[in-house]
Amino acid sequence: MWLLNEKIKEMSGCGIAGIINVKGELVPGDLIIKSICCQYERGNGLGAGFAAYGIYPEHKDYYALHVMAQDKSALEKVEEILAHKTFVNYKEPIPTKKVKTIKNAPLFIRYFVKPKFDEGYQMVCGEDEEDNYIVSLVMDINEKVEGAYVISSGKNMGVFKGVGFPDEIAEFFRIDEYKAFIWTAHNRFPTNTPGWWGGAHPFTILDWSIVHNGEISSYGTNKRYLELFGYKCTLLTDTEVVAYLLDLLIRRHGLPLQLACKALAPPFWMEIDEMEEEERELYTAIRVVYGSAVLNGPFAILFAYNGGLVGLNDRVKLRPLVCAKKGDFYYMASEEAAIRTICPDPEKVWAPKAGEPVIVELEKGVIPNQRSYIEGRPKEVEEDALRIKCQYIPLQSS
Amino acid sequence: MASPQFSSFYPDFLVQRIWERCIKCKRCVKECSYGVHVWDEKKKTLLANDSKCVGCHRCEAMCPTKALVISRHPSDFREHALWTPWHIKNIYKQADQGGVLLTSTGCAQPYKNYFDHLVLDACQVTNPPIDPLREPMELRTFIGPKPESLEIERVNGKFRLKKKLPPLIQLEVPIMFAAMSYGAISLHVHQGLARAARDLGTLYNTGEGGLHASLYEYGSNTIVQCASGRFGLHVDYLNAGVAIEIKIGQGAKPGIGGHLPGEKVTEEISKTRMIPVGSDALSPAPHHDIYSIEDLRGLIFALKEATEYKKLVFVKISAVHNVAAIASGIVRAGADAVVIDGLKGGTGAAPVMFRDYIGIPIELAISAVDKRLREEGIRHRASIIASGGIRNSADVVKAIALGADAVYIGTAALIAVGCTMCQRCYTGKCPWGIATNNPELIKRLPPDVAYEKIYNLVKGWALEIKEMLGAMGINSIESLKGNRDKLRAVGLTEKEMEILEAKHAGE
Repeated sequence: MWLLNEKIKEMSGCGIAGIINVKGELVPGDLIIKSICCQYERGNGLGAGFAAYGIYPEHKDYYALHVMAQDKSALEKVEEILAHKTFVNYKEPIPTKKVKTIKNAPLFIRYFVKPKFDEGYQMVCGEDEEDNYIVSLVMDINEKVEGAYVISSGKNMGVFKGVGFPDEIAEFFRIDEYKAFIWTAHNRFPTNTPGWWGGAHPFTILDWSIVHNGEISSYGTNKRYLELFGYKCTLLTDTEVVAYLLDLLIRRHGLPLQLACKALAPPFWMEIDEMEEEERELYTAIRVVYGSAVLNGPFAILFAYNGGLVGLNDRVKLRPLVCAKKGDFYYMASEEAAIRTICPDPEKVWAPKAGEPVIVELEKGVIPNQRSYIEGRPKEVEEDALRIKCQYIPLQSS
Repeated sequence: MASPQFSSFYPDFLVQRIWERCIKCKRCVKECSYGVHVWDEKKKTLLANDSKCVGCHRCEAMCPTKALVISRHPSDFREHALWTPWHIKNIYKQADQGGVLLTSTGCAQPYKNYFDHLVLDACQVTNPPIDPLREPMELRTFIGPKPESLEIERVNGKFRLKKKLPPLIQLEVPIMFAAMSYGAISLHVHQGLARAARDLGTLYNTGEGGLHASLYEYGSNTIVQCASGRFGLHVDYLNAGVAIEIKIGQGAKPGIGGHLPGEKVTEEISKTRMIPVGSDALSPAPHHDIYSIEDLRGLIFALKEATEYKKLVFVKISAVHNVAAIASGIVRAGADAVVIDGLKGGTGAAPVMFRDYIGIPIELAISAVDKRLREEGIRHRASIIASGGIRNSADVVKAIALGADAVYIGTAALIAVGCTMCQRCYTGKCPWGIATNNPELIKRLPPDVAYEKIYNLVKGWALEIKEMLGAMGINSIESLKGNRDKLRAVGLTEKEMEILEAKHAGE
């Protein structure tokens, strides 16, 4: 049913759209559906999806795992792992509607969970440990359970995606019934491995969600780099690496959001060489240390988290991205028309420059478990790689 | 009665003179440093002794009337798949003289060349190729240990580094010049390499022959080498460059030290190397202060202490069976870069058996070392520099896609200044003025010419690398590093592809 054995990187061209209300006000799904459907020609019916933030207020402190399973037996395996490794507070099938054109849809179940640490450890764990726990749980399930994937794993947010045109997927998942303070959406035009539900966007890890129009030519380098830090690229698509890179750079290494974006789409050396000394040292260091994290190749991405929405273009802007603002709303999309169809009279419309991130965060304290990455934070304390990660005994000496 | 010299009976090359063109100017006599061409005063004619000809083509190239043709000698032995003329003649040589068969340059055996079984990718439709003529294309590379992550602080509203980076070497092109000592090659070539390195924004390597007084000014583009013979090594020398390379081994002759025949040790060389004129400079096989990995650590830090931690320390090894584990030990011992010199690496003088039969191909070694360092989580602690058999810019691209940070070229740079690969560097008679110190011969290659040719070569390669990167849709060399996606194998076995971590074409 799914082309899981073909370990081929996917390539695609696409349309993307995003909406954020900076006051945390909830917006109905109709708007984002309208915006993405306006970019109908940018997809070919082989994938669409939505990410919504603020949709599970009643379970806001639990990680919402959206699990997509090929059949019951795969689902059982996932449930066995979850029973072992998490406290499942609540579970239910994700409500869907029959859509004529959508065939062979997998099973979708959502679980609201908390990590189950080893005894004695439970009390001392903070948010970071919990997040890391969930990351490795998701990696584990995605890698080891054949035919089942965790497609989203953040708190108070969720991803809905599949094979079809955006209007079909929206109908299938009853997107119009949700309300969110951040929405992103994707309309896909894949150029190989069609028919794969897991290959649709958004891609997520924790509450990071990514929609992406582009092809990452540096995929091989990025993938190997991420493997150094325990991320396993299992979804056969280059967009996955973006999600993991953001998680690594921002959440784990604590880079300020702006600089993390600069690591992904760095300024050219000729620009860096012209900078003042302190800035030059900073950007040189970013490029030297995070060279393998550079996303090279054409892309426009929107990524969201519990607290913000960011638009980013590649360093030479090979894919379109337009932004607009009106009141408390910010809009981002591949095409201006997609914005104007839901906001005909924006105060400001602009096309961000190559490599210049557009960062929109919610106002402070308007939502639960709000995250802000503008400032960055101290790096997660990690043991020296030399001491803990050694799998080989170094050269014998006596 | 003297015993017959069998090896002189069957010359390798045939010198043919087209008499209608020859004007008897005797230029050939002057040009040939091996004494092939002789003027017979009595008969007023030119004679040629084929058995002395090494096939360097100097006479042919310089003959004003193009009257000379040097070709393989057509005289042949009865065909035999096992006992080829090469083996037969080698046995004659050893039977005539005893001793070790000597040669130069890199491995001449036709082992599978993995570079030639790897093809590169390019963009079509789904992503656009980038045009280096119209868009920036970046080759800048940094050599040395890098932290795993950065710490940032905000001061006066601006982000800045909390802790600065350790010293790193910035290269504008990921191609450096491999260690070739003053002595093995002429001072003029060294001067050319040094100037070219400066103008290209890269580094050249002194080799183990010390540093001539005239070259100290190129310090910021110099790697000085500390090899087992310690020739020409003193504290000013160590401080002269930006990096110090501890040479443990060399791809052309793993397990043995350097050889500089006494014929090449002239007055100037003797001063630079600090050895007597005419004495053989034979480096010991091991460093006598390195008998184990912790001794290497001792030397690395002794050198760092001596240079106040301002210089990077590279460790160069030849690619041998266990290269990945050895490289890992070297990184753990504190080296800032590991240089891996493969089976095909060149030399000025090496025993034939070593050059042709010891060591493993560089492509496999790069992949294995990169993989091992990643698995151990120490890849960022040192750069990988690959060398040995890099013939063109596509080889450079492939080496980087396999995991190297930069490459060294040696033989390619010498071919750029006129080398014809006659493989007789060890004689010190190089008629092209490259691998010689004979004051008359070195005049044939002035430093300006050496500079220009070497500079042009690397400039051309850099342009080609930019074109190839652009075709792959990337505009910066760091997105190529370790990017196996850009490689596909043609005609390799499962095992080979597993080691190279490359898929087969069509996959």
